[in-house]
Amino acid sequence: MIARLESTITGIKAAWRRELSAYFATPLAYVFIAIFLIVLGVFTWELSRFFDTGAADLGPFFYWHPWLYMLFMPALAMRLWADEVGAGTSELLLSLPVSLPGLVIGKLLAAWTVAGLALILTMPWWVTVNILGPADNAAIALSYFVSFLMAGGYLAIGAAVSALTRSSVLAFVSGVLVAFLLTAAGWPFVTSAVASVLGTSAGDAVAQFSFVTHFETAQRGVLELRGLVFFVGFMALCVALNTLFVSHKRSGAG
Amino acid sequence: MLDLDALAKSFDGHVAVSEMTFNLQKGEVLGFLGQNGAGKSTTMRMVAGVLEPDMGDATINGISVTHDRREAQRQIGYLPEGAPLYRDMTPQTFLRFMADAHGLSKPERKNAIERVIADARIANVATQPISTLSKGYRRRVGLAGAILHDPPVLLLDEPTDGLDPIQKRAVRALIARMAPEKAIVISTHTLEEVPAMCNRVIVIDHGQVVADDTPEMLAESRPGGLEEAFMMLAGEREDQSV
Ligand SMILES: Nc1ncnc2c1ncn2[C@@H]1O[C@H](COP(=O)(O)OP(=O)(O)OP(=O)(O)O)[C@@H](O)[C@H]1O
Ligand SMILES: [Mg+2]
Repeated sequence: MIARLESTITGIKAAWRRELSAYFATPLAYVFIAIFLIVLGVFTWELSRFFDTGAADLGPFFYWHPWLYMLFMPALAMRLWADEVGAGTSELLLSLPVSLPGLVIGKLLAAWTVAGLALILTMPWWVTVNILGPADNAAIALSYFVSFLMAGGYLAIGAAVSALTRSSVLAFVSGVLVAFLLTAAGWPFVTSAVASVLGTSAGDAVAQFSFVTHFETAQRGVLELRGLVFFVGFMALCVALNTLFVSHKRSGAG
Repeated sequence: MLDLDALAKSFDGHVAVSEMTFNLQKGEVLGFLGQNGAGKSTTMRMVAGVLEPDMGDATINGISVTHDRREAQRQIGYLPEGAPLYRDMTPQTFLRFMADAHGLSKPERKNAIERVIADARIANVATQPISTLSKGYRRRVGLAGAILHDPPVLLLDEPTDGLDPIQKRAVRALIARMAPEKAIVISTHTLEEVPAMCNRVIVIDHGQVVADDTPEMLAESRPGGLEEAFMMLAGEREDQSV
């Protein structure tokens, strides 16, 4: 039991270090962060008319997070496992005396670290609203925290999906697809459609599976245990599936 | 030291390895031979804990790879076929990763990395991206990674493939130096280097052992020497099936 925990931690540390260095050894992390900041900036500024509202509110800024994560996080996670299989290094990885969940978690944490860095670099927006007027900083801090959790959820999808293929492009496309379903499930359009067909409770149930629903609660400054459990549980589920997909390779399926 | 007990593996009903049984003592360097597709790599992957056998087991110093995979893997250094590496890393950072994964402590890590960089003669490229290295250097970086934790059992899948004669000799010398303390399995298609490198030969065909002998005895068994003996042993069944 202790030995297993130790080998999991060893795996997490080794994989985290390795993947983080891979992100920054190539321009990938820099390009990712730069494009993310630019796109988020343009959307918040232009599409949401940030300054026209005149309010010291980051609502228009947070509004776009799920939609951008839906595209950006699968891009960040796509190579985590697909590249291992493509380059044959999975052979090396599977011969190491570490537990598989450790490797899965370590890789996920490396991607999450890059996402967290991108999020930290958006902090000037937070400063700006405080210059515009008195802001609800508690609600903003909470939104940032839940946004970070949500990014982890999207990354966990991308990582799990990338263990199913040796093509990172395919991993990206299918990652976006799954991420889209989990985002759109919170759309009023979708929930009301489900509600009209299957009843209100079904509509609510679908909304509960959406990242957006839980994120919006946080934006109102409400810390919901249900939301935290949702994101953490969702990530745990993805890590379990991811581990399963990788261990499947041990039985000889590619 | 290394015991294979009726290891078997099929892929979609196609038998790759069937009832592979042999054992290896400390000091033995085994030339693991067989034609393309004979099952050499599949056998090594199962021993290395990368591939789960359908049946049978491999034990290293009594530790079963199917029951106690991680403990068994600590006892094994494995160079996969083609020596796959992370191309974005340098030999130095790659070895650091391998050391981390083996849970080496900081002083152990430093010593081990210095040792294998010297042994594999990669000091002059240690901080160069692996993607820019020549094939021979890459193979040696892979070898350095396999011997980093100084395991008692080494599984080297075509370690000299793609090396020039000088580097081949260097790898042979390294193996000879490590041999007394270890059990080493080497697969190769270069028959000439077998007598120079190995003190035992196993020829497999269609996933089964067809010969187990010393290189000298095997070479004497046919007038044409080792190559003729290999041709007969490894090619035999195919002739029958054609
Ligand atoms: N992942 C896999 N899926 C399906 N078949 C496989 C797989 N790996 C190996 N095989 C098959 O198993 C058999 C043995 O392959 P293996 O790679 O072990 O041979 P080998 O002796 O290493 O050959 P080579 O000298 O070409 O490296 C071959 O018929 C091969 O096609
Ligand atoms: Mg092979």
